[in-house]
Amino acid sequence: MFVITCPHCCEAREEEEFSYGGEAFIARPASPETVSENDWGDYLFMQKNPKGWHWEMWGHSTGCRKFFVLKRNTANHTIAGAWTLTEARKIYDAEEATV
Amino acid sequence: MKKDYSIWKLLSQGFKNHEGWTPTWRNPELKPSYDVVIIGAGGHGLATAYYLAKEHGIKNIAVLEKGYLGGGNTARNTTIVRSNYLWDEAAMLYEHSLKLWEGLTEDINFNVMFSQRGVFNLGHTLQDMRDIERRVNANNLNGIDAFALNAQEVKDRIPMINIGKNTRFPILGASFQPRAGVARHDAVAWGFARAASNYGVDIIENCEVTAMDIQNSAIKGLQTNRGYIKTSKVGCVTAGHSSVMAKAAGIRMPLESHPLQAFVSESLKPILDTVVMSNAVHGYVSQSDKGELVIGAGIDHYLSYAQRGSPHIIEHTAAAIIELFPMFSRVRMNRQWGGIVDTTPDACPIISKTKVKGLYFNCGWGTGGFKATPGSGNVFAHTIAHDQAHPLNEAFSLDRFHTGHLIDEHGAAGVAH
Repeated sequence: MFVITCPHCCEAREEEEFSYGGEAFIARPASPETVSENDWGDYLFMQKNPKGWHWEMWGHSTGCRKFFVLKRNTANHTIAGAWTLTEARKIYDAEEATV
Repeated sequence: MKKDYSIWKLLSQGFKNHEGWTPTWRNPELKPSYDVVIIGAGGHGLATAYYLAKEHGIKNIAVLEKGYLGGGNTARNTTIVRSNYLWDEAAMLYEHSLKLWEGLTEDINFNVMFSQRGVFNLGHTLQDMRDIERRVNANNLNGIDAFALNAQEVKDRIPMINIGKNTRFPILGASFQPRAGVARHDAVAWGFARAASNYGVDIIENCEVTAMDIQNSAIKGLQTNRGYIKTSKVGCVTAGHSSVMAKAAGIRMPLESHPLQAFVSESLKPILDTVVMSNAVHGYVSQSDKGELVIGAGIDHYLSYAQRGSPHIIEHTAAAIIELFPMFSRVRMNRQWGGIVDTTPDACPIISKTKVKGLYFNCGWGTGGFKATPGSGNVFAHTIAHDQAHPLNEAFSLDRFHTGHLIDEHGAAGVAH
């Protein structure tokens, strides 16, 4: 059980109010018609599934019903922050660039 | 080396205050090289080592365990064994396993307390009942025992179940597999450990793999916290941590790790002599030989490696169990825990070679791996020994997520195990 602050409502609420939406920022192949079986399978099914920091989608399903992005540590459920998709994308890209 | 557990041994030890028992398995030193290394000393890993030694003549094997033997999901599941899966591939694999369960106690000379008390999978809607009819017919065509029962027939067999219409999800019927049942999970780990150890398999506890030595797309060895191990074949059987191991080998896996919770009650007198599961209300219950009600929940929906879940899942499951069995409403719960299960998109396992030569993965059992323990080890041992899948696990390759040949077992697997 953890408490999430929805970046849209700006209120701290229990996890039960939210729905988990899986790994964030999975890029759909630009041209699905020409993509190889391998790349399409990777896109559909392969997961990072990390033990540690994870960028993930959540929906505030019993609140504002909007999606947002959470950065959470999967080993101990620590939450680094929650952002709207646009804001999160900027931070994520900046982080990825430094890795 | 062979130590029999028999009534005579028990009697003779009884006269000696039970002071003559020796450890069940050896505690060997780690050797610098092995023919095969298995990562993960849970039930599946130990079974793999056992069948490698017994059926394929490979004796120079190490089983590495980062914690203690059988301390992961093997000791955390709710011990249900059944084989009533819908699709041929899955049904054949689980039935192979069920047949091995039926002779396992004699085979490994360790009482795994396999009790074929039957499993009921309840149906709560018209569509549930149609699916049950379909699955029962598919099972019968595959030679697996299965019956479709109506609500009254369920009530006749389990008198205290509530089949009244005045519930949120009334029980309309069930599928019933008489040969299904439960086994003692710790005994399975200990029994396979002892049997494998007797064949000369080295079981190394507190040994964590930190890196994989891969050269020219072939495995050469493993770096562990207790030193380097040279080997040309590695079987990875690490359940919830499979993605972590795969990452070390540069392989992507279609896995997501989730907490799965379970809890047991205080001990009661014998009340429930079978296993009752319900996908619709997310709960399953049986009674252990100690008298505890063993209750399993659905998975927590978020990714986690923390071996604990959220309390609202427990509340939800407890509510479901009380709706099925109103008389359990005042039973107090004793312990609660979580394990990390590795779920796949099609609710079927991955028992497969990989793009790295000599590296094999047995993972993705999700919420229902315990029932497959002997069968999984048996076919995985074949895969490692022959560098080729056993006919029963050909369909469970990692390739299926690229070719599209998924085996959708969400109906029979779902949450309930």
